[in-house]
Amino acid sequence: MRSLSEIDTISKRASRAKGFSWGTSEEIGKCIRLLELFGLSGFKNLNKYLQVYNLNEFKLTKLIEKNNNSDGKIHCPISSGINFLDQIKNLEKHQSIEFNKMAYPLLFLPFLSRSSEALGKKIFVKLDEKQFIFNFNQSIFSNYSKNEIWESANYILITFLPNDNTFDEKEWTEMTKLANETFVEESEELKEKSAGAGLIDND
Amino acid sequence: MQVQLRSPKEIMKLSRLGCFHQSKLSFLRSFLEEFKDWKYSRDLFELNKDGYGKAVYSFSKNNRTYSLVCFANELQDEERSDRVIATKWDAAFALHDGVPTKKDIERLYDNVPKQEVGRLSFKELTLSRANRSVRLFNEVVNSLSNGKQPDKKILSKVGYLYRTTAVYGSGKFGLADRFRIKNRPELKGPFRLEMMLVYLVRQFTFDQINHIAQHKNPKQFVKLDDEIAKGLGIGNSTGLGMAPFIVNHPTLLNNWVQSRENILKKIREIETVEDSKFKIFYNCLVKSISNVENWNTDSEFQKNKIKELLNDINKTINFLDTLDKSQSNLFNIIYKWAETEVCEECLEYLVSMFMEPFDDIVNQFKHEMSSDEDKYFTIPSHRKVIELRDILENHYSELIKLDFNKKENNYNFWFISKNKEEPRLGNRFEVDGSELEQPLAIARDIKKLYERVIVFKNSKTIAEFLIENDDLRHVVRRAFIIEKFPYSEILDNTIGEKLMPIDMLRFKLSFFGAIKFDPRSDKWLRICMFQGAPLPNQLKNFDDKWVYHSLN
Repeated sequence: MRSLSEIDTISKRASRAKGFSWGTSEEIGKCIRLLELFGLSGFKNLNKYLQVYNLNEFKLTKLIEKNNNSDGKIHCPISSGINFLDQIKNLEKHQSIEFNKMAYPLLFLPFLSRSSEALGKKIFVKLDEKQFIFNFNQSIFSNYSKNEIWESANYILITFLPNDNTFDEKEWTEMTKLANETFVEESEELKEKSAGAGLIDND
Repeated sequence: MQVQLRSPKEIMKLSRLGCFHQSKLSFLRSFLEEFKDWKYSRDLFELNKDGYGKAVYSFSKNNRTYSLVCFANELQDEERSDRVIATKWDAAFALHDGVPTKKDIERLYDNVPKQEVGRLSFKELTLSRANRSVRLFNEVVNSLSNGKQPDKKILSKVGYLYRTTAVYGSGKFGLADRFRIKNRPELKGPFRLEMMLVYLVRQFTFDQINHIAQHKNPKQFVKLDDEIAKGLGIGNSTGLGMAPFIVNHPTLLNNWVQSRENILKKIREIETVEDSKFKIFYNCLVKSISNVENWNTDSEFQKNKIKELLNDINKTINFLDTLDKSQSNLFNIIYKWAETEVCEECLEYLVSMFMEPFDDIVNQFKHEMSSDEDKYFTIPSHRKVIELRDILENHYSELIKLDFNKKENNYNFWFISKNKEEPRLGNRFEVDGSELEQPLAIARDIKKLYERVIVFKNSKTIAEFLIENDDLRHVVRRAFIIEKFPYSEILDNTIGEKLMPIDMLRFKLSFFGAIKFDPRSDKWLRICMFQGAPLPNQLKNFDDKWVYHSLN
């Protein structure tokens, strides 16, 4: 078994060899490590992507907008991912962001996971029929778990989820009531003898 | 009285970092403190009469066990090399997480002696190999087998029976990644497992030499005296492999230096120094002289430094003898005097010595020396270019003055060799390969960044800056790290003509707790670790100033 440290190092160096800057290669190393930590086949997909990187002409999206069209090409997942992460604070104003056609979309995902942490919000992503929820870079929830090379996605929809709870007030009240059963009933004697400050503190 | 922390611009120069010495903060000393109440045992010792075979040593406490698995191999003299390009060694070691099964030992037997070309698993934590100091090893075997203890003078000159040539950890060659173990309380300090490996290897060298001597002449043999064994450590040959580490781990570098600086500040701020505390410092300083006197090297560079150090230690002792010890802020007075009266080597030596009496201060920082680099990896790209410019001007003011169009400032380049994947340093005007330069020329790239930042609109965000300047992303990241971690960067030119790479090695090794730095060129050196340290069966109750009681 290869360690995550080895995966990070090899991914970084291989990316550099393909012409990515050192800083970007460092980002790629960390992201592939993250995918592998979450059990997604980042290394396999990066390997394949780097093999075709200089052969195809990819759309190197720099400024991320609400709708990102690849203009007849196919989005580079690294360039889209890095710029998405860099520009995340500015992107929050859009409720959702769309990309058409992206190559090796799995490689785009760790940047979204890190964006979720940077923004402090969960991010929901739909890539064709596959769905992912990124939870502050702590975990990824998904209906996809195949160990495969995923060459492209036709449509990507990214939504920033509001920081809402998953339960309603009624459920909160019910649980609170139960939790309160761990407390001791208040009496006048307890108020006098066991409280820190006095009953009247007008001094 | 409030004392200011020493400025990173003063401390983080390579020539200063190359003057650092071991201290109470050093990892091998804090390792012994942490593991002193663990149960030590030798679980397996199957060597043939010539000392070849396998052995297992362990430390256990509660439900946790760490086991060193050793393999000693026959090696022809012509095969023995300390260089990283070697493929065979006298002995090879792996530290296993838990108690190894027979199957584990078989698997390790197939892989550990191969080192870099073998494969380890997540059940192994560190990996190393070592070669005998042949002349000394044979001499000790002969003495013991003839019923005599070896000559202490000869032993002290070398200081060890074996020297390691690399110690690997943190995911290398399939070893466990750091994330698997980082939350264990006993490992809350850097390089704990590397220190454990080296420490147990030291015991293996004593057991092996006794075993060989006994089989050579069972009737006359005497066991190596424990006191003599205590005076022996483990040697280490270190090359450039270590240098990039301190550039590639900026927050870790910061936490090491910042801990040291915080301790110095607190000690200088002590208003009334108890007489007993001063005496501890004074006695350690006096006793340490024999360590310096027995610091042997053929390097003229180091010989001069040692001579100056010895001279200045004696000068300091004379000063201390005449000093009124009842003065307030005594250690600040000593420090201020030393700042102008002794060389940098001695000044940093004294800083290390200051710590000896102050367990209460030093212990607060022992657990603050690790770092999670990933936490600070993401660039705060929402911030403005003007903020980046301020950081560069405040923290890198000396570096941005350098002119990298001058040959002497842009002289070297760091690269990784294909055959051993090891870092190397080459003259960019003479050696091929500078197009594959590693990102370790931080000063040059920071200067480049500054030149681009000053012509970029101040109000733009870093995200906008990076769209046009992606080639400098690696140093943008570093700039935002130094803002939070002021000691995270070597504030010097790591590619200049006058660069002494051994300054980088020595700095790191001083934090390990190494002594007797012996530069063999400007690119590699030999050191000694654990010389004078208690043996494993003496750990329950040991003098923590052991480093000043070696064979000398």
